[in-house]
Amino acid sequence: MTAVLTPATADQPPPRPRPLSRTNLVATITTGYVPLVLATLVVVLPLVWMVLASFKTSSELLTQRLDVLPSSFAPTNYTTAADRVPFGRLFLNSLVVTAVGSAIKVVLAIMTAYALVFVRFPFKKVVFGLVLATLMVPPQVSVVPNYVLIVGLGGANTYWGIILPGLATGFGTFLLRQQFMSLPASIIEAAELDGAGHWRRMTQIVVPISTPAIATVALVNIVFEWNEYLWPLVIVTDPDMMTLPVGLTLLTNSENGADSYGILMAATVMVVLPVLLVFAAFQRYIVAGLTQGAVKD
Amino acid sequence: MAAVTAPADTGTTTPAGATATPAGRRRRRRGPSARDRRDYLVFIALAGPNLVLIALFTYRPLFENIYYSTLNWTLGATTATSVGLANYREFFTSPDAASILTTTAVFTVATVGGSMVLGLMVALVLNRRVRGVGFARAAVFSPFVLSGVGVGLVWLFIFDPVVGVIGALLRAVGRTSPEWFNDPTLTLVMVIIVYVWKNLGYVAVIYLAGLQSINKDLLEAAAIDGAGPRRTFFSIVLPLLSPTTFFVLLTSILNSLQAFDLLRIMNPLGRGTNTLIYEAYLQAFAGSNRVGYSATISTVLFGLLVVLTIVQLVLLERRVHYR
Repeated sequence: MTAVLTPATADQPPPRPRPLSRTNLVATITTGYVPLVLATLVVVLPLVWMVLASFKTSSELLTQRLDVLPSSFAPTNYTTAADRVPFGRLFLNSLVVTAVGSAIKVVLAIMTAYALVFVRFPFKKVVFGLVLATLMVPPQVSVVPNYVLIVGLGGANTYWGIILPGLATGFGTFLLRQQFMSLPASIIEAAELDGAGHWRRMTQIVVPISTPAIATVALVNIVFEWNEYLWPLVIVTDPDMMTLPVGLTLLTNSENGADSYGILMAATVMVVLPVLLVFAAFQRYIVAGLTQGAVKD
Repeated sequence: MAAVTAPADTGTTTPAGATATPAGRRRRRRGPSARDRRDYLVFIALAGPNLVLIALFTYRPLFENIYYSTLNWTLGATTATSVGLANYREFFTSPDAASILTTTAVFTVATVGGSMVLGLMVALVLNRRVRGVGFARAAVFSPFVLSGVGVGLVWLFIFDPVVGVIGALLRAVGRTSPEWFNDPTLTLVMVIIVYVWKNLGYVAVIYLAGLQSINKDLLEAAAIDGAGPRRTFFSIVLPLLSPTTFFVLLTSILNSLQAFDLLRIMNPLGRGTNTLIYEAYLQAFAGSNRVGYSATISTVLFGLLVVLTIVQLVLLERRVHYR
């Protein structure tokens, strides 16, 4: 029973031969596969439905019959959605905010975690406690005071205004601190004896051997920055500066009839697909990062 | 900065290396050495930017909210008048307060309970070692990483009484679609269903990790002693999972109390789904622009979070089974 321990290898068939009798097969299917397929379908079907609907015309949607497949896969709804809101521009905004925001957050997390683990300083426990406690503070509670501050500084409808308040990083620091503490002390000591300063120890030893953990933090940040909603919703009013989720809201204001779901689903696909692709490619890192004590929404 | 200079300011200590007293030769326990102080500067250079950001954008707003909550202040206005605790009095005596607190409680209990029970069931399903389980795990987790706005729109479409699938399926068996958008209670039910769908995979994957850390010998011993699967689950598996349950409960409550994206996109006016966080948003940014009143609600919410966290830490952790 303990032949396979980690989820990473769990989907490979067990190496030992297994008697494939008929009762065994039936039992495997009913207790193993049926619930598994059901659970998967409950999640996947709504997303498949979204993609199918994104190709349906408004008259197809209004027939009230349950036609599964659209009559054609012409991307009419996609071009219509891109006409109603400046989708290219929104995509660029989301890309800039996500790339800049998560890059800075990763660097800040590396520096803070390195300092907390390897640099002498009094009251380090207090400092770490203050960083950790931020995980319990919901960002929504901070919206109004941050709004007043950022608008006062002239940050409404600017990239820096969208990015800056979200840069403080408790989650990444927490995760990387755990990783750095698990590194063998002998490596760091050897570098110190060789005369390497903190900067060289951090950039040439600690960071290179922690690449998987840093990738995890980066990917989790990317997903969150891309989906971030409340803050960009309040700080941006100019359609040219909106991120994709905010632009999607703008689209619902003009497309609010029952027949406009084709256009809305096309727009949703464009917002959701990049994250789905990133997730499909790196799901092991993302799942591991998000389930290691993350308290963010 | 004070933390750095404080040890050096304690008078009797002279900077190391500055004098050649015998005490200077031994490693002094009081006061930092020059090398220590170089490290302190390195620490400030490395951790400082993040700590400043945390202070500015995470902690400052908590205190600022408390101050704002004593003001009568319209967003954008240059003047505000101090009103003491009037905002709190208004909130707690208004007829809305009861409904907002009830909605918050119902939404939180239903979403936390729903995603924990279903999440554990899904985790048990995903704990089988069959072909394709890796794909299923990824699929079940995926809604958690999707934009709440996108997920909300997909489900608005599915629930739509005219063009939605649910309505179509019900019509196929001779029923009519419930009026999800006209009945506030049904709207709340709908939002709860979608929230659970989105967060189920997160809970399931955490429970899965918990299940996989259970020592298989215990389960085999139980089987030898004649315990059936149900007995094994309730008497052995569930108690052993209690640290996981505790963690999931804590994070799920925090997450549910912060839920915003789905509420905003599925029911913008908030009728029936008006939780504390949503009311704080509506008051500040939708129409009335009452900053002070919004900050009051945010402060109430934050107080609630603090109390809940303390209660959980004190009461629950004592009962949690740790190996």
